[in-house]
Amino acid sequence: MKPTDIENPEYFHKVVDCQYACPAHTPVPEYIRLIARGRYSDAYMLNWESNVFPGVLGRTCDRPCEPACRRGRVDEEPVAICRLKRVAADFKEDIKDRLPSIPEKKNGKRIALIGAGPASLTVARDLAPLGYEIELYDAQIKGGGFMRSQIPSFRLPETVLDEEVNYILDMGISTHFDHYVSSLKEILDKDYDAVFIGTGAPQGRDLKKLPGREAGDANIHVGIEWLANVAFEHTKSIGEKVLVLGGGNTAMDCCRTSKRIGGKDVRVVVRSPKSEMKASPWEIEDTEHEDIPIYENHSPKEFVTENGKLVGMNFEKVEAEYDENGKRSLKPTGEIVFMECDDVLMAIGQENAFPWIERDIGIEFGEWDMPVVDETTFQSTNAKVFFGGDAAFGPENVITAVAHGHQAAVSIDLMCNGIDVKERLEPGTNLVTQKMGFHEWTYDSPVTDDDRFVVPLADKIKSLSDRKMEVELGFDLEQAYNEAQRCLNCDVQTVFTTDKCIECDACIDICPTDCINFIQNGDEDDLRSRLKAPADNKEQDLYVSSDLKTGRVMVKDENVCLHCGLCAERCPTTAWDMQKYLYNVTKAGKGKEAGKACAK
Amino acid sequence: MSFIRPNIRHPQLPVNDIGFTRADYEGALSTLCAGCGHDSISASILQSCFELSIEPHKIAKMSGIGCSSKTPAYFLGNSHGFNSVHGRMPSVATGANMANRDLVYIGVSGDGDTASIGMGQFAHVVRRNLNMVYIVMNNGCYGLTKGQDSATADKGSASKKGVPNPYSSIDLCETAIQLGAGFVARSFSGDKEQLIPLIKAAVSHRGFALIDVVSPCVTFNNTPKSTKSYDHVREHMNATGTFDFVPLKDEITTQYEPGKTEEITLHDGSAIRLHKASENLDFSSPRSAMNEIEKYKEKGEVLTGLLYLNPQTPDTHELLGTTSKPLNSLSDKELCPGSDVLKSINSSFQ
Ligand SMILES: Cc1cc2nc3c(=O)[nH]c(=O)nc-3n(C[C@H](O)[C@H](O)[C@H](O)COP(=O)(O)OP(=O)(O)OC[C@H]3O[C@@H](n4cnc5c(N)ncnc54)[C@H](O)[C@@H]3O)c2cc1C
Ligand SMILES: Cc1ncc(C[n+]2csc(CCOP(=O)(O)OP(=O)(O)O)c2C)c(N)n1
Ligand code: SF4
Ligand code: SF4
Ligand code: SF4
Ligand SMILES: [Mg+2]
Repeated sequence: MKPTDIENPEYFHKVVDCQYACPAHTPVPEYIRLIARGRYSDAYMLNWESNVFPGVLGRTCDRPCEPACRRGRVDEEPVAICRLKRVAADFKEDIKDRLPSIPEKKNGKRIALIGAGPASLTVARDLAPLGYEIELYDAQIKGGGFMRSQIPSFRLPETVLDEEVNYILDMGISTHFDHYVSSLKEILDKDYDAVFIGTGAPQGRDLKKLPGREAGDANIHVGIEWLANVAFEHTKSIGEKVLVLGGGNTAMDCCRTSKRIGGKDVRVVVRSPKSEMKASPWEIEDTEHEDIPIYENHSPKEFVTENGKLVGMNFEKVEAEYDENGKRSLKPTGEIVFMECDDVLMAIGQENAFPWIERDIGIEFGEWDMPVVDETTFQSTNAKVFFGGDAAFGPENVITAVAHGHQAAVSIDLMCNGIDVKERLEPGTNLVTQKMGFHEWTYDSPVTDDDRFVVPLADKIKSLSDRKMEVELGFDLEQAYNEAQRCLNCDVQTVFTTDKCIECDACIDICPTDCINFIQNGDEDDLRSRLKAPADNKEQDLYVSSDLKTGRVMVKDENVCLHCGLCAERCPTTAWDMQKYLYNVTKAGKGKEAGKACAK
Repeated sequence: MSFIRPNIRHPQLPVNDIGFTRADYEGALSTLCAGCGHDSISASILQSCFELSIEPHKIAKMSGIGCSSKTPAYFLGNSHGFNSVHGRMPSVATGANMANRDLVYIGVSGDGDTASIGMGQFAHVVRRNLNMVYIVMNNGCYGLTKGQDSATADKGSASKKGVPNPYSSIDLCETAIQLGAGFVARSFSGDKEQLIPLIKAAVSHRGFALIDVVSPCVTFNNTPKSTKSYDHVREHMNATGTFDFVPLKDEITTQYEPGKTEEITLHDGSAIRLHKASENLDFSSPRSAMNEIEKYKEKGEVLTGLLYLNPQTPDTHELLGTTSKPLNSLSDKELCPGSDVLKSINSSFQ
């Protein structure tokens, strides 16, 4: 293999598994260390810069970082990255004076944001401090988008959401709430310099064709509409017997909400086997903790009504079959199961819908009637119109919406400065030694043995009787410290300097996870087959040096390195050093520098 | 302050024939200087015992005093061990072996521990052909006492102090061959590919097996003028050849080019298959071995690899006609057969 190019900003970034997996590339280990040191406000601000809603995300994030976390590869469970973020939010001091100041003198550019979900709010957060004038439109009466209308208060208290939404709205944003935009043309006619569309994927799927759908209509609800009605207190109760259709996170929120506002016999009914449900494992766990049964392999057949009122549903049991490619099909068994109910909640998917966007204003729509949007710049085929969040590529999650928002803000800022939106800046990076002295590092290099700490929950009986009572209590400071110490500090990189190596083998001998090898070079497959320990995780890179004195090369399998620093401690010549790698996605505002760079 | 070894290991560590991973053969974290050659030798011993699938409790580690003699603390943490006085490891090993012949004895010593204060003990343990592996971690100096030249330092070699050594050096391999050892080899701490099969063969050899391992002392003797530095050894190392260690259970099938490849069956049925660097080498001849060692020395080179092998030498137990079982497995009656037997023994001397 060719020597690894550690100058490539993505090489070491990829080693920080959590940060790499995070759509917004939040510097996770850095904030975890700040938490361990009791610097909660600093940890909060670091998060805020990157993901805008640390308090919200610390409770609700989809956490793509956790399945990626290195600790999960060497231990039973990953670091509780998400719940540590909540610790930063829970224990911070007042941080208002650390928020960016908003220039009184505006830059003369006006931006419209449609939809007040996390995507739009992120654009606002990035552009308002640069002097942009921002107008925000949303059909709801308050900001937050789905974070407010969909995520139930027992998972996300309103106070937490309000606080973080208001940090942004207080940046001098002009809001137009309770204002459904029914024509994009009208907005464009107002001559904004750019328009950002963050209207989400607001349409819940229905079972329009299922027999009995119309007759039972009064008690059959589309899940996301029903959740919004509960959130805005238009709906205050539900029947005792509730069937929730669907196996995703929306279904989990629907059933748990039902249990809190009148549902006694609440059941989740899914078509697929339970093992293939779309809901996150922790959401399923929480649901089961609240004694809500999940019926798998039941396919809805009909709504059963008596005298014009819904009384139950018929399901046909199915069996999952897999062909030789592992592709699943659900085979009907012919067995019909009847389940009684008072209400049905359909949580079987969500779709985008843009009835309010005219098709003759330069915005091209492609497959599935979705707008054609550039994946890097978020620009549509109308240069002034940008999309982000669920509106861009379909339903995802809050952190993805935030990541889109940041990038769309970069584009808008570039465009408003007359720079090509494709001229994007590299991330800001920094690589610094962590050596303090003999056996001394700036970070806690020892690896703890603790298993993942469990977040304590509120009393079940109490929380089931109060829709607004938060179920999770969050870590206390001792748990937080101990959980933080489980982090392996993957951003503290093992950096190898070929010229200094005397090939004494000390690093090979000390490495607890057999990462390091000195062998004859070869192609990647060949090298992987000859390493000291199995190296079959190809998603993880091999770090290869240039030729050493003996003609061999150093090959390190990054896969299960614990970043314990022992290689560097045992190295007599400091050929190995532990260096902290900071990687920051470039945000809007660097556009002018980019402009200068381009001008040169 | 760190320097605490994590308890996490590679999740897919291979297991050996008896179900152990390499981690089961580890010891405490080394306290030697970073980069000390001795640590690599420890790692090679560990790897060899893992690959040979020896149950850790069937091994006894014996050592004297020195950085080298400290190393048994850093490998085979589940094995027996005895850290004796300076230069006295051979006599303690002899006693242990006499009492329990069923254990694998791995002696670890330094060049000071062996060639200076322990020279007399060393000479006699070789002569008696005690069934043990004797590894000298040879750095040409007394590392533990701050790097004084040892008796294996080459004449003219200079350590950190910079003063060339005025004395001629003792070659432990030649000495051992002369005194009748059956297995004599030399290696380098930085060459595990050579060292590990050598250790495995030495463990399988019955009788005294010496491996003199050049092992740079990074702190006191890794200077440009030292003949025991990493760079010097790498540049001047010549191997007698390479070899495969073929454990008993593996049938030998491959055919090799005649002349240069030679196969030697060890006492326990396993075999060494040598691929010699030169056809002139005769591993069964002490004279040939000494010649070769001296020939390379004259050129300023170090000859490594297997130097001499005679698998058929009788070990101490055979020479003394001792009981075939460890003493701790004998019953009271066998240990103390009574006055009648004593009488008959006494009368046999009359
Ligand atoms: C039940 C449920 C639970 C969820 N739980 C989680 C979770 O725990 N964690 C997570 O990360 N994600 C969760 N999600 C997904 C997450 O809420 C969304 O992915 C995210 O909010 C998308 O953000 P966005 O900025 O794209 O738009 P949204 O948050 O969807 O906001 C869009 C806003 O645009 C407004 N709007 C739409 N059209 C118009 C119009 N024409 N004029 C004016 N306003 C308009 C809407 O009123 C809405 O307020 C959940 C989703 C659902 C349905
Ligand atoms: C009887 C006795 N004399 C002297 C010493 C001091 N001493 C300790 S270690 C050592 C030399 C060790 O040299 P070597 O065996 O080569 O080990 P190294 O440290 O080089 O590995 C000496 C002289 C001692 N401990 N005991
Ligand atoms: S161990 Fe820490 S730094 Fe590494 S992936 Fe997990 S959370 Fe991130
Ligand atoms: S930091 Fe060094 S010693 Fe520790 S696991 Fe990684 S490569 Fe091995
Ligand atoms: S003094 Fe020399 S022999 Fe002793 S531990 Fe240090 S490097 Fe090794
Ligand atoms: Mg020595």
